[in-house]
Amino acid sequence: MASTATVVGSQSGNLWKGGKSPFQASYGKLMMWFFLVSDAFTFSALLITYGLIRFSNPAYTGTVEDFQFSQEWWPIPEKVFEAVPFLHGVPLPLVFVGIMTFILILSSVTMVLAVEAGHRNDRKAVEKWMLWTILGGLTFLGCQAWEWSHFIHGTDLGTSARFLINGEWITQTIHGANLTVNEYGPPPFAALFFFITGFHGTHVLSGVLLNFLIFYRAATGYYDRRGHYEMVEKVGLYWHFVDLVWVFVFTFFYLV
Amino acid sequence: MQSEETNKVVVQPADKEKIRKIWKVALILGVVTACEFAVAFILPPEYRMIKIVTFIMMTIVKAFYIVAEFMHLGHEAKSLIYSILIPMAFVVWLLIALIVEGGSILIVR
Repeated sequence: MASTATVVGSQSGNLWKGGKSPFQASYGKLMMWFFLVSDAFTFSALLITYGLIRFSNPAYTGTVEDFQFSQEWWPIPEKVFEAVPFLHGVPLPLVFVGIMTFILILSSVTMVLAVEAGHRNDRKAVEKWMLWTILGGLTFLGCQAWEWSHFIHGTDLGTSARFLINGEWITQTIHGANLTVNEYGPPPFAALFFFITGFHGTHVLSGVLLNFLIFYRAATGYYDRRGHYEMVEKVGLYWHFVDLVWVFVFTFFYLV
Repeated sequence: MQSEETNKVVVQPADKEKIRKIWKVALILGVVTACEFAVAFILPPEYRMIKIVTFIMMTIVKAFYIVAEFMHLGHEAKSLIYSILIPMAFVVWLLIALIVEGGSILIVR
């Protein structure tokens, strides 16, 4: 029978009712992959929408030193995201988001180690690495909450912009961002920020919940009774995908 | 030990080589991310196009290591690899189509 009998062949001879598993992968893993493909399409659509709207707005042409927020042009991301907790007023471009990136990559690494431990049926190691993964996910979510809060409340000075209200042009100072107006640039900029990082954050949150479920079931011996730890692998795929999406969000939202 | 146990689980010893490889991939991901920062701040903004191309290439390198090693796709059956990768061609098409479209909208505005 199949060489991967430890995982696939628990009901041997009847892998997928045809006696042979397609792609030599188990049903659950294959379906997780197909779900991830569809999820990848969703995230691609969001990021490509960002590209479309960015290219349909005027780009800033001056030097980085002279850059100022304006409704007239798309902001430079390193000027928008330069705040770090406890360092008020110190411009540190992209430092905080860099820390968040490293946290998520590290939690992905601990997840691989949990999957590897699962292959060896090593319950203690699975528990340890799942806990680290959950901790990384929660830390990332906390960072993102801070980032959102700072983005919504804005900078001390704000940006003045002209609005046509009841047929008259009125100059107002905007602080922070919401879905209709923001101090950083054209309104869609903030809307895209909320939508893309929010959708990713929701994925991280559901990933943390799934990771916790896996941890709980491993700790209570559920997978030992089942005889294999394949569930760790399936949820691991999802968790790596969340990390993968962040790699793309980081590049296309924060760097380019 | 569970007495109702039918599947006997045996804990196998860790394979040092495998774990070393995981940390090696982690190191690569970290170094590439650090390089992205370096490029973002060292290269002056005049080289905008070169910067964007480097960022995209580095992102693809990172994506390759995450998908091939962490998600283990590199070690799956070839048919599975292709059935995941080929649909992504639609993403490339949509990207090019809508970026061009965005430029046209800017001109019309």
